Amino acid sequence: MTAKTAAIEGWYTLEEKAPHLIGTQCTSCKTYYFPKQSNYCRNPDCQSENFKEVPLSRTGKIWSYTNASYKPPEPFVAPENFVPFTIAAVELEQEKMIILGQMIGGVDTADIKVGDPVELVMDPLYEDEDGEKLIWKWKPVGDPS
Amino acid sequence: MSSDIAILGVGLHQWGKWGENFTKYGVKAARDAIKDAGIHWRDVGFVSGAGTVRCGYPGYVAGATFAQALGWQGAEVNTSYAACASGSQALAAARAKILSGDVDVALVVGADTTPKGFLAPAKGYRPEDPDWLRFHIGITNPTYFGLYARRRMDLYGDTQDDFAAVKVKNAKHGYHNEYSRYKKLFTPEDVAGSPMVADPLRLMDICATSDGGAAIIVSSVDYAKKISKGDAPRIAAISTVTPTFAGAVVEMPDIATDSAVAMDAQSFRAALPIKAYEEAGIGPGDISLAEVYDLSTALELDWIEDLQLAKRGEAAALLRAGDTSVGGKLPINASGGLASFGEAVPAQALMQVCELTWQLRGQAGERQVEGAKVGITANQGLFGHGSSVIVKR
Repeated sequence: MTAKTAAIEGWYTLEEKAPHLIGTQCTSCKTYYFPKQSNYCRNPDCQSENFKEVPLSRTGKIWSYTNASYKPPEPFVAPENFVPFTIAAVELEQEKMIILGQMIGGVDTADIKVGDPVELVMDPLYEDEDGEKLIWKWKPVGDPS
Repeated sequence: MSSDIAILGVGLHQWGKWGENFTKYGVKAARDAIKDAGIHWRDVGFVSGAGTVRCGYPGYVAGATFAQALGWQGAEVNTSYAACASGSQALAAARAKILSGDVDVALVVGADTTPKGFLAPAKGYRPEDPDWLRFHIGITNPTYFGLYARRRMDLYGDTQDDFAAVKVKNAKHGYHNEYSRYKKLFTPEDVAGSPMVADPLRLMDICATSDGGAAIIVSSVDYAKKISKGDAPRIAAISTVTPTFAGAVVEMPDIATDSAVAMDAQSFRAALPIKAYEEAGIGPGDISLAEVYDLSTALELDWIEDLQLAKRGEAAALLRAGDTSVGGKLPINASGGLASFGEAVPAQALMQVCELTWQLRGQAGERQVEGAKVGITANQGLFGHGSSVIVKR
Protein backbone atom coordinates (compact mmCIF):
# COMPACT_ATOMS: atom_id res chain seq x y z
CA MET A 1 0.00 0.00 0.00
CA THR A 2 1.36 3.39 -0.97
CA ALA A 3 1.85 6.02 1.70
CA LYS A 4 -0.65 8.88 1.60
CA THR A 5 0.44 12.24 2.90
CA ALA A 6 -0.73 15.83 2.53
CA ALA A 7 0.57 17.79 -0.47
CA ILE A 8 0.42 20.85 1.79
CA GLU A 9 1.05 20.04 5.44
CA GLY A 10 -1.44 21.21 8.07
CA TRP A 11 -4.09 22.67 5.79
CA TYR A 12 -6.62 19.82 5.98
CA THR A 13 -7.34 16.53 7.70
CA LEU A 14 -6.76 13.26 5.90
CA GLU A 15 -9.47 10.97 7.35
CA GLU A 16 -11.08 8.87 4.64
CA LYS A 17 -14.74 9.33 5.55
CA ALA A 18 -15.17 13.01 6.29
CA PRO A 19 -12.04 15.11 5.73
CA HIS A 20 -12.21 18.87 6.11
CA LEU A 21 -10.17 21.98 5.49
CA ILE A 22 -8.60 23.61 8.51
CA GLY A 23 -9.23 27.34 8.69
CA THR A 24 -8.99 29.90 11.42
CA GLN A 25 -11.64 32.13 12.93
CA CYS A 26 -11.18 35.54 14.48
CA THR A 27 -12.28 35.21 18.09
CA SER A 28 -13.56 38.80 18.05
CA CYS A 29 -15.57 39.38 14.82
CA LYS A 30 -15.97 35.68 13.90
CA THR A 31 -14.56 36.12 10.37
CA TYR A 32 -13.24 32.84 8.93
CA TYR A 33 -9.95 32.48 7.08
CA PHE A 34 -8.71 29.95 4.57
CA PRO A 35 -5.78 29.69 4.05
CA LYS A 36 -5.29 30.13 7.81
CA GLN A 37 -4.68 33.63 9.10
CA SER A 38 -3.36 33.91 12.65
CA ASN A 39 -1.61 37.28 12.78
CA TYR A 40 -4.10 40.02 11.96
CA CYS A 41 -7.80 40.22 11.12
CA ARG A 42 -8.52 41.76 7.70
CA ASN A 43 -11.87 43.18 8.77
CA PRO A 44 -11.21 46.99 8.71
CA ASP A 45 -13.19 47.45 11.92
CA CYS A 46 -11.50 44.65 13.84
CA GLN A 47 -8.13 44.97 15.61
CA SER A 48 -8.08 41.39 16.87
CA GLU A 49 -4.91 39.31 16.82
CA ASN A 50 -6.55 36.25 18.38
CA PHE A 51 -7.59 33.33 16.23
CA LYS A 52 -8.61 29.73 16.78
CA GLU A 53 -8.23 26.84 14.35
CA VAL A 54 -11.60 25.54 13.14
CA PRO A 55 -12.78 22.83 10.76
CA LEU A 56 -14.53 24.38 7.77
CA SER A 57 -17.84 23.11 6.38
CA ARG A 58 -17.22 20.12 4.16
CA THR A 59 -20.22 20.73 1.93
CA GLY A 60 -21.18 23.74 -0.19
CA LYS A 61 -22.75 24.88 -3.43
CA ILE A 62 -21.01 25.51 -6.74
CA TRP A 63 -20.55 29.27 -7.34
CA SER A 64 -18.99 28.62 -10.73
CA TYR A 65 -16.80 26.11 -12.54
CA THR A 66 -14.33 25.73 -15.38
CA ASN A 67 -11.56 23.36 -16.39
CA ALA A 68 -7.85 23.21 -17.13
CA SER A 69 -7.60 21.94 -20.69
CA TYR A 70 -3.84 22.46 -20.75
CA LYS A 71 -1.16 21.41 -18.29
CA PRO A 72 -0.59 24.26 -15.81
CA PRO A 73 3.03 25.41 -15.34
CA GLU A 74 5.15 24.56 -12.27
CA PRO A 75 4.80 24.35 -9.31
CA PHE A 76 1.92 22.18 -10.60
CA VAL A 77 3.22 18.60 -10.77
CA ALA A 78 1.71 16.95 -13.83
CA PRO A 79 1.67 13.25 -14.64
CA GLU A 80 3.30 12.21 -17.91
CA ASN A 81 -0.01 12.00 -19.71
CA PHE A 82 -1.87 15.11 -18.67
CA VAL A 83 -5.63 14.67 -18.36
CA PRO A 84 -7.74 17.87 -18.25
CA PHE A 85 -9.48 18.40 -14.92
CA THR A 86 -12.52 20.36 -13.82
CA ILE A 87 -12.22 23.18 -11.26
CA ALA A 88 -14.99 24.51 -9.05
CA ALA A 89 -15.45 27.60 -6.89
CA VAL A 90 -17.60 26.50 -3.97
CA GLU A 91 -19.65 28.67 -1.66
CA LEU A 92 -19.71 27.61 2.00
CA GLU A 93 -22.94 28.75 3.61
CA GLN A 94 -21.87 29.03 7.21
CA GLU A 95 -18.51 30.66 6.49
CA LYS A 96 -19.94 32.87 3.70
CA MET A 97 -16.87 32.39 1.59
CA ILE A 98 -15.89 30.80 -1.72
CA ILE A 99 -13.06 28.26 -1.97
CA LEU A 100 -11.49 26.98 -5.18
CA GLY A 101 -10.43 23.43 -5.82
CA GLN A 102 -10.29 20.71 -8.40
CA MET A 103 -13.33 18.50 -8.93
CA ILE A 104 -12.65 14.76 -8.60
CA GLY A 105 -11.67 13.01 -11.81
CA GLY A 106 -14.45 11.96 -14.16
CA VAL A 107 -16.64 15.02 -13.53
CA ASP A 108 -16.92 17.07 -16.72
CA THR A 109 -18.08 20.70 -16.88
CA ALA A 110 -21.15 19.47 -18.76
CA ASP A 111 -22.13 17.41 -15.70
CA ILE A 112 -22.50 20.32 -13.26
CA LYS A 113 -24.14 23.74 -12.94
CA VAL A 114 -24.11 26.77 -10.64
CA GLY A 115 -25.85 25.92 -7.38
CA ASP A 116 -25.14 22.16 -7.38
CA PRO A 117 -24.25 20.71 -3.95
CA VAL A 118 -20.75 19.28 -3.52
CA GLU A 119 -18.70 17.77 -0.72
CA LEU A 120 -15.02 17.81 0.11
CA VAL A 121 -12.91 14.69 -0.39
CA MET A 122 -9.20 13.86 -0.29
CA ASP A 123 -7.65 12.78 -3.58
CA PRO A 124 -4.12 12.54 -4.99
CA LEU A 125 -2.73 15.79 -6.42
CA TYR A 126 0.37 13.93 -7.60
CA GLU A 127 2.55 10.93 -6.74
CA ASP A 128 6.27 10.88 -6.07
CA GLU A 129 8.78 8.35 -4.70
CA ASP A 130 7.30 8.80 -1.18
CA GLY A 131 3.77 7.93 -2.29
CA GLU A 132 0.57 9.81 -3.00
CA LYS A 133 0.31 13.48 -2.11
CA LEU A 134 -3.28 14.33 -1.21
CA ILE A 135 -5.19 17.56 -1.78
CA TRP A 136 -8.83 18.59 -1.24
CA LYS A 137 -11.18 18.14 -4.18
CA TRP A 138 -14.90 18.69 -4.63
CA LYS A 139 -17.27 15.85 -5.41
CA PRO A 140 -20.93 16.11 -6.50
CA VAL A 141 -23.39 15.13 -3.75
CA GLY A 142 -26.25 12.72 -4.42
CA ASP A 143 -27.39 11.06 -7.58
CA PRO A 144 -26.10 12.97 -10.60
CA SER A 145 -28.65 11.42 -13.00
CA MET B 1 -11.32 73.41 -6.85
CA SER B 2 -11.04 71.44 -10.06
CA SER B 3 -8.77 68.44 -9.92
CA ASP B 4 -8.48 68.24 -13.71
CA ILE B 5 -5.13 68.00 -15.47
CA ALA B 6 -4.55 68.37 -19.21
CA ILE B 7 -3.34 65.66 -21.58
CA LEU B 8 -0.86 67.47 -23.83
CA GLY B 9 0.53 64.51 -25.71
CA VAL B 10 0.28 60.76 -26.09
CA GLY B 11 2.44 58.12 -27.74
CA LEU B 12 2.60 54.36 -28.19
CA HIS B 13 5.17 51.86 -29.34
CA GLN B 14 3.74 49.16 -31.58
CA TRP B 15 2.49 46.12 -29.57
CA GLY B 16 4.02 42.76 -30.53
CA LYS B 17 6.44 40.06 -29.39
CA TRP B 18 10.06 40.88 -30.06
CA GLY B 19 11.83 40.20 -26.77
CA GLU B 20 13.90 43.38 -26.98
CA ASN B 21 14.80 45.63 -24.04
CA PHE B 22 11.63 47.25 -22.66
CA THR B 23 13.41 50.60 -22.37
CA LYS B 24 13.49 50.91 -26.14
CA TYR B 25 9.70 50.63 -26.33
CA GLY B 26 9.19 53.19 -23.58
CA VAL B 27 11.60 55.70 -25.09
CA LYS B 28 9.88 55.49 -28.47
CA ALA B 29 6.47 56.06 -26.85
CA ALA B 30 7.82 58.92 -24.69
CA ARG B 31 9.44 60.71 -27.65
CA ASP B 32 6.18 60.44 -29.60
CA ALA B 33 4.24 61.86 -26.64
CA ILE B 34 6.71 64.74 -26.19
CA LYS B 35 6.50 65.57 -29.90
CA ASP B 36 2.70 65.30 -29.82
CA ALA B 37 2.63 67.71 -26.86
CA GLY B 38 4.79 70.24 -28.71
CA ILE B 39 7.13 70.65 -25.75
CA HIS B 40 10.84 70.00 -25.18
CA TRP B 41 12.01 67.03 -23.08
CA ARG B 42 13.68 69.55 -20.76
CA ASP B 43 10.23 71.01 -19.97
CA VAL B 44 9.28 67.78 -18.16
CA GLY B 45 9.67 68.21 -14.38
CA PHE B 46 8.52 64.77 -13.23
CA VAL B 47 8.97 61.34 -14.76
CA SER B 48 6.44 58.84 -13.45
CA GLY B 49 7.31 55.32 -14.53
CA ALA B 50 5.07 52.25 -14.40
CA GLY B 51 7.31 49.43 -13.20
CA THR B 52 7.80 45.93 -14.54
CA VAL B 53 8.98 42.96 -12.46
CA ARG B 54 10.10 40.85 -15.40
CA CYS B 55 12.98 42.95 -16.70
CA GLY B 56 15.32 43.06 -13.71
CA TYR B 57 16.40 46.17 -11.80
CA PRO B 58 15.84 48.61 -14.68
CA GLY B 59 12.19 47.55 -14.54
CA TYR B 60 11.91 47.97 -10.75
CA VAL B 61 13.15 51.57 -11.07
CA ALA B 62 11.39 52.28 -14.37
CA GLY B 63 11.03 56.03 -13.72
CA ALA B 64 14.79 56.50 -13.40
CA THR B 65 15.49 54.06 -16.24
CA PHE B 66 13.38 56.05 -18.70
CA ALA B 67 14.67 59.40 -17.42
CA GLN B 68 18.25 58.25 -17.99
CA ALA B 69 17.45 56.83 -21.43
CA LEU B 70 15.82 60.08 -22.50
CA GLY B 71 18.82 61.99 -21.12
CA TRP B 72 19.22 63.11 -17.48
CA GLN B 73 17.91 66.67 -17.28
CA GLY B 74 17.25 67.00 -13.55
CA ALA B 75 13.59 65.94 -13.41
CA GLU B 76 12.26 64.22 -10.31
CA VAL B 77 11.43 60.55 -10.76
CA ASN B 78 8.93 58.04 -9.38
CA THR B 79 8.11 54.40 -10.05
CA SER B 80 4.74 52.78 -9.39
CA TYR B 81 4.12 49.06 -9.42
CA ALA B 82 0.64 47.60 -9.14
CA ALA B 83 0.71 44.75 -11.68
CA CYS B 84 -1.72 45.63 -14.48
CA ALA B 85 -2.84 48.82 -12.70
CA SER B 86 0.73 50.18 -12.60
CA GLY B 87 0.10 52.73 -15.37
CA SER B 88 -2.88 54.28 -13.60
CA GLN B 89 -1.00 54.55 -10.32
CA ALA B 90 1.89 56.22 -12.15
CA LEU B 91 -0.65 58.60 -13.69
CA ALA B 92 -2.14 59.29 -10.25
CA ALA B 93 1.33 60.10 -8.89
CA ALA B 94 1.87 62.58 -11.73
CA ARG B 95 -1.49 64.21 -11.12
CA ALA B 96 -0.77 64.61 -7.40
CA LYS B 97 2.56 66.26 -8.21
CA ILE B 98 0.93 68.65 -10.69
CA LEU B 99 -2.06 69.52 -8.49
CA SER B 100 0.24 70.19 -5.54
CA GLY B 101 1.90 72.87 -7.67
CA ASP B 102 5.28 71.17 -7.54
CA VAL B 103 5.64 70.72 -11.30
CA ASP B 104 3.84 71.93 -14.42
CA VAL B 105 4.56 69.04 -16.76
CA ALA B 106 4.98 65.31 -16.17
CA LEU B 107 5.79 62.32 -18.33
CA VAL B 108 4.00 59.08 -17.46
CA VAL B 109 5.51 56.05 -19.17
CA GLY B 110 5.31 52.26 -19.01
CA ALA B 111 6.71 49.46 -21.17
CA ASP B 112 7.24 45.72 -20.90
CA THR B 113 8.83 42.69 -22.49
CA THR B 114 6.81 39.59 -21.61
CA PRO B 115 7.69 35.89 -21.59
CA LYS B 116 5.85 33.30 -23.68
CA GLY B 117 3.00 31.16 -22.35
CA PHE B 118 1.40 31.21 -18.90
CA LEU B 119 2.66 33.78 -16.43
CA ALA B 120 4.18 31.62 -13.67
CA PRO B 121 5.24 32.36 -10.07
CA ALA B 122 8.72 32.46 -8.51
CA LYS B 123 10.23 29.06 -7.60
CA GLY B 124 10.61 27.23 -4.24
CA TYR B 125 8.09 25.58 -1.82
CA ARG B 126 6.07 28.58 -0.59
CA PRO B 127 2.48 27.60 0.30
CA GLU B 128 2.00 30.89 2.16
CA ASP B 129 2.35 32.70 -1.19
CA PRO B 130 -1.14 32.58 -2.78
CA ASP B 131 0.40 32.81 -6.26
CA TRP B 132 2.54 29.71 -5.61
CA LEU B 133 -0.34 27.88 -3.98
CA ARG B 134 -2.84 28.31 -6.77
CA PHE B 135 -0.43 27.14 -9.46
CA HIS B 136 0.46 24.13 -7.29
CA ILE B 137 -3.16 22.99 -7.28
CA GLY B 138 -3.56 23.73 -10.98
CA ILE B 139 -5.20 27.17 -11.05
CA THR B 140 -3.91 29.55 -13.76
CA ASN B 141 -5.11 33.01 -14.80
CA PRO B 142 -7.56 31.59 -17.37
CA THR B 143 -9.19 29.57 -14.55
CA TYR B 144 -10.55 32.79 -13.04
CA PHE B 145 -11.75 34.05 -16.44
CA GLY B 146 -13.45 30.69 -17.02
CA LEU B 147 -15.23 30.85 -13.66
CA TYR B 148 -16.58 34.35 -14.34
CA ALA B 149 -17.64 33.40 -17.88
CA ARG B 150 -19.43 30.23 -16.83
CA ARG B 151 -21.31 32.11 -14.15
CA ARG B 152 -22.62 34.55 -16.79
CA MET B 153 -23.85 31.60 -18.84
CA ASP B 154 -25.62 29.88 -15.96
CA LEU B 155 -27.05 33.06 -14.41
CA TYR B 156 -27.80 35.35 -17.38
CA GLY B 157 -28.02 32.99 -20.32
CA ASP B 158 -24.95 34.35 -22.12
CA THR B 159 -23.56 31.93 -24.71
CA GLN B 160 -20.17 31.03 -26.11
CA ASP B 161 -21.38 32.68 -29.33
CA ASP B 162 -21.77 35.94 -27.38
CA PHE B 163 -18.21 35.68 -26.11
CA ALA B 164 -16.98 34.97 -29.64
CA ALA B 165 -18.87 38.05 -30.85
CA VAL B 166 -16.81 40.20 -28.45
CA LYS B 167 -13.61 38.88 -30.06
CA VAL B 168 -14.96 39.44 -33.57
CA LYS B 169 -15.96 43.01 -32.69
CA ASN B 170 -12.69 43.91 -30.97
CA ALA B 171 -10.64 42.33 -33.76
CA LYS B 172 -12.51 44.50 -36.23
CA HIS B 173 -11.76 47.61 -34.17
CA GLY B 174 -8.10 46.65 -33.75
CA TYR B 175 -7.72 45.94 -37.45
CA HIS B 176 -7.81 49.70 -37.98
CA ASN B 177 -5.34 50.51 -35.19
CA GLU B 178 -1.76 50.95 -36.37
CA TYR B 179 -0.40 50.05 -32.91
CA SER B 180 -2.33 46.79 -32.33
CA ARG B 181 -0.50 43.45 -32.43
CA TYR B 182 -3.13 41.34 -34.19
CA LYS B 183 -4.50 42.70 -37.43
CA LYS B 184 -6.83 39.96 -38.47
CA LEU B 185 -10.58 40.03 -38.99
CA PHE B 186 -11.59 36.99 -36.93
CA THR B 187 -14.87 35.20 -37.67
CA PRO B 188 -17.09 33.45 -35.12
CA GLU B 189 -15.89 30.20 -36.72
CA ASP B 190 -12.25 31.12 -36.03
CA VAL B 191 -13.06 31.53 -32.34
CA ALA B 192 -15.19 28.37 -32.15
CA GLY B 193 -12.43 26.42 -33.89
CA SER B 194 -9.69 27.48 -31.49
CA PRO B 195 -8.74 25.04 -28.71
CA MET B 196 -10.54 25.09 -25.35
CA VAL B 197 -8.37 26.55 -22.57
CA ALA B 198 -10.64 27.11 -19.58
CA ASP B 199 -14.16 25.92 -20.39
CA PRO B 200 -16.20 27.80 -21.68
CA LEU B 201 -13.33 29.98 -22.93
CA ARG B 202 -11.20 29.12 -25.93
CA LEU B 203 -7.78 30.36 -26.90
CA MET B 204 -9.27 33.20 -28.97
CA ASP B 205 -11.36 34.31 -25.96
CA ILE B 206 -8.28 34.94 -23.82
CA CYS B 207 -5.79 37.77 -24.26
CA ALA B 208 -2.13 37.12 -24.92
CA THR B 209 0.85 38.81 -23.25
CA SER B 210 2.68 41.31 -25.43
CA ASP B 211 5.62 43.64 -25.65
CA GLY B 212 4.60 47.29 -25.87
CA GLY B 213 5.07 50.78 -24.53
CA ALA B 214 2.83 53.78 -23.79
CA ALA B 215 3.48 57.35 -22.67
CA ILE B 216 1.44 60.41 -21.78
CA ILE B 217 2.49 64.03 -21.22
CA VAL B 218 0.21 65.68 -18.65
CA SER B 219 0.26 69.22 -17.31
CA SER B 220 -1.64 71.68 -15.17
CA VAL B 221 -4.60 73.28 -16.93
CA ASP B 222 -2.89 76.68 -16.53
CA TYR B 223 0.22 75.43 -18.31
CA ALA B 224 -1.92 73.98 -21.11
CA LYS B 225 -3.59 77.37 -21.57
CA LYS B 226 -0.22 79.10 -21.53
CA ILE B 227 0.97 77.05 -24.50
CA SER B 228 -2.38 77.50 -26.28
CA LYS B 229 -3.62 73.97 -25.54
CA GLY B 230 -6.44 74.98 -23.20
CA ASP B 231 -8.86 72.80 -25.15
CA ALA B 232 -6.78 69.64 -24.75
CA PRO B 233 -8.62 66.58 -23.35
CA ARG B 234 -8.48 66.47 -19.57
CA ILE B 235 -8.20 63.76 -17.00
CA ALA B 236 -11.30 64.27 -14.87
CA ALA B 237 -10.90 61.29 -12.55
CA ILE B 238 -8.45 58.59 -11.54
CA SER B 239 -9.93 55.95 -9.30
CA THR B 240 -7.67 53.35 -7.71
CA VAL B 241 -9.88 52.54 -4.73
CA THR B 242 -9.64 49.13 -3.10
CA PRO B 243 -12.68 46.96 -2.72
CA THR B 244 -14.28 47.02 0.70
CA PHE B 245 -14.11 44.00 2.96
CA ALA B 246 -15.49 41.42 2.50
CA GLY B 247 -14.40 40.73 -1.10
CA ALA B 248 -17.24 38.88 -2.81
CA VAL B 249 -15.53 37.51 -5.90
CA VAL B 250 -12.59 35.15 -5.89
CA GLU B 251 -9.79 37.17 -7.50
CA MET B 252 -6.37 36.32 -8.89
CA PRO B 253 -4.24 34.96 -7.29
CA ASP B 254 -6.31 34.03 -4.23
CA ILE B 255 -7.90 30.60 -3.85
CA ALA B 256 -10.65 31.84 -1.55
CA THR B 257 -12.71 34.98 -0.95
CA ASP B 258 -12.99 36.83 2.32
CA SER B 259 -15.52 35.40 4.71
CA ALA B 260 -18.55 37.69 4.77
CA VAL B 261 -19.63 36.61 8.23
CA ALA B 262 -18.92 39.99 9.85
CA MET B 263 -20.03 42.27 6.99
CA ASP B 264 -21.59 42.11 3.54
CA ALA B 265 -19.51 41.18 0.52
CA GLN B 266 -18.47 43.85 -2.03
CA SER B 267 -16.59 43.67 -5.34
CA PHE B 268 -13.81 45.97 -6.49
CA ARG B 269 -15.06 46.21 -10.06
CA ALA B 270 -18.26 47.80 -8.85
CA ALA B 271 -16.46 50.08 -6.37
CA LEU B 272 -13.98 51.59 -8.87
CA PRO B 273 -16.37 53.50 -11.16
CA ILE B 274 -18.45 54.87 -8.28
CA LYS B 275 -15.42 56.86 -7.12
CA ALA B 276 -14.50 57.79 -10.71
CA TYR B 277 -17.96 59.12 -11.57
CA GLU B 278 -18.12 61.04 -8.29
CA GLU B 279 -14.71 62.62 -8.82
CA ALA B 280 -15.54 63.65 -12.41
CA GLY B 281 -18.97 64.92 -11.40
CA ILE B 282 -20.66 62.91 -14.14
CA GLY B 283 -22.72 59.74 -14.44
CA PRO B 284 -22.78 56.64 -16.64
CA GLY B 285 -25.25 58.40 -18.96
CA ASP B 286 -22.55 60.92 -19.96
CA ILE B 287 -20.14 58.29 -21.29
CA SER B 288 -19.45 58.28 -25.05
CA LEU B 289 -17.11 55.28 -25.10
CA ALA B 290 -15.21 52.95 -22.77
CA GLU B 291 -11.92 51.08 -22.86
CA VAL B 292 -12.28 48.09 -20.54
CA TYR B 293 -9.91 45.30 -19.56
CA ASP B 294 -10.96 42.39 -21.77
CA LEU B 295 -8.53 39.86 -20.33
CA SER B 296 -11.19 37.52 -21.64
CA THR B 297 -14.08 38.19 -23.99
CA ALA B 298 -16.62 37.44 -21.25
CA LEU B 299 -14.89 39.84 -18.85
CA GLU B 300 -15.69 42.74 -21.20
CA LEU B 301 -19.37 42.05 -20.51
CA ASP B 302 -18.77 42.03 -16.73
CA TRP B 303 -16.99 45.39 -16.97
CA ILE B 304 -19.83 47.00 -18.97
CA GLU B 305 -22.14 46.17 -16.10
CA ASP B 306 -19.66 47.15 -13.38
CA LEU B 307 -19.24 50.56 -15.05
CA GLN B 308 -23.06 50.83 -14.83
CA LEU B 309 -23.33 51.13 -18.61
CA ALA B 310 -25.84 48.24 -18.55
CA LYS B 311 -27.92 46.62 -15.84
CA ARG B 312 -26.50 43.44 -14.30
CA GLY B 313 -26.88 40.57 -16.74
CA GLU B 314 -27.80 42.79 -19.72
CA ALA B 315 -24.44 43.56 -21.35
CA ALA B 316 -24.80 40.73 -23.88
CA ALA B 317 -28.03 42.36 -25.13
CA LEU B 318 -26.08 45.55 -25.95
CA LEU B 319 -23.49 43.46 -27.75
CA ARG B 320 -26.10 41.57 -29.78
CA ALA B 321 -27.77 44.86 -30.77
CA GLY B 322 -24.45 46.21 -32.06
CA ASP B 323 -24.43 48.99 -29.48
CA THR B 324 -20.89 48.21 -28.33
CA SER B 325 -19.34 48.42 -31.83
CA VAL B 326 -17.87 51.59 -33.30
CA GLY B 327 -20.90 53.18 -34.97
CA GLY B 328 -23.17 51.87 -32.19
CA LYS B 329 -24.59 53.76 -29.21
CA LEU B 330 -21.82 52.94 -26.76
CA PRO B 331 -18.62 51.65 -28.36
CA ILE B 332 -16.52 49.45 -26.08
CA ASN B 333 -12.82 48.94 -26.80
CA ALA B 334 -12.70 51.02 -29.97
CA SER B 335 -8.91 50.57 -29.83
CA GLY B 336 -9.34 46.83 -30.33
CA GLY B 337 -8.81 46.19 -26.63
CA LEU B 338 -6.63 43.48 -25.17
CA ALA B 339 -8.09 41.11 -27.76
CA SER B 340 -6.12 43.00 -30.44
CA PHE B 341 -3.19 44.21 -28.37
CA GLY B 342 -2.43 41.47 -25.89
CA GLU B 343 -1.36 42.72 -22.50
CA ALA B 344 1.85 44.68 -21.99
CA VAL B 345 1.29 44.98 -18.25
CA PRO B 346 2.69 48.40 -17.19
CA ALA B 347 1.76 50.02 -20.52
CA GLN B 348 -1.79 48.74 -20.86
CA ALA B 349 -3.69 51.12 -18.58
CA LEU B 350 -1.82 54.04 -20.22
CA MET B 351 -2.62 52.75 -23.69
CA GLN B 352 -6.31 52.95 -22.76
CA VAL B 353 -5.90 56.65 -21.91
CA CYS B 354 -3.98 57.25 -25.15
CA GLU B 355 -6.89 55.79 -27.12
CA LEU B 356 -9.45 57.97 -25.33
CA THR B 357 -7.26 61.02 -26.05
CA TRP B 358 -7.16 60.30 -29.79
CA GLN B 359 -10.90 59.62 -29.80
CA LEU B 360 -11.73 62.86 -28.00
CA ARG B 361 -9.50 64.81 -30.37
CA GLY B 362 -11.22 63.17 -33.35
CA GLN B 363 -7.93 61.61 -34.52
CA ALA B 364 -8.91 57.93 -34.40
CA GLY B 365 -9.36 57.48 -38.14
CA GLU B 366 -11.40 54.44 -39.24
CA ARG B 367 -12.28 53.56 -35.64
CA GLN B 368 -13.39 57.12 -34.70
CA VAL B 369 -16.37 57.31 -32.37
CA GLU B 370 -18.42 60.23 -33.71
CA GLY B 371 -18.88 63.09 -31.27
CA ALA B 372 -16.88 61.44 -28.46
CA LYS B 373 -16.91 63.78 -25.44
CA VAL B 374 -16.30 61.62 -22.37
CA GLY B 375 -14.50 58.29 -22.09
CA ILE B 376 -13.87 55.94 -19.21
CA THR B 377 -11.30 53.17 -18.72
CA ALA B 378 -11.43 50.15 -16.46
CA ASN B 379 -8.45 48.06 -15.57
CA GLN B 380 -7.59 45.23 -13.27
CA GLY B 381 -4.56 44.64 -11.09
CA LEU B 382 -4.12 41.76 -8.63
CA PHE B 383 -5.86 40.69 -5.41
CA GLY B 384 -9.03 42.44 -6.53
CA HIS B 385 -7.91 45.98 -7.14
CA GLY B 386 -7.59 48.00 -10.31
CA SER B 387 -8.18 51.44 -11.74
CA SER B 388 -10.62 53.56 -13.67
CA VAL B 389 -9.78 56.82 -15.45
CA ILE B 390 -12.21 59.34 -16.94
CA VAL B 391 -11.08 61.57 -19.83
CA LYS B 392 -13.27 64.43 -21.05
CA ARG B 393 -13.14 67.34 -23.46
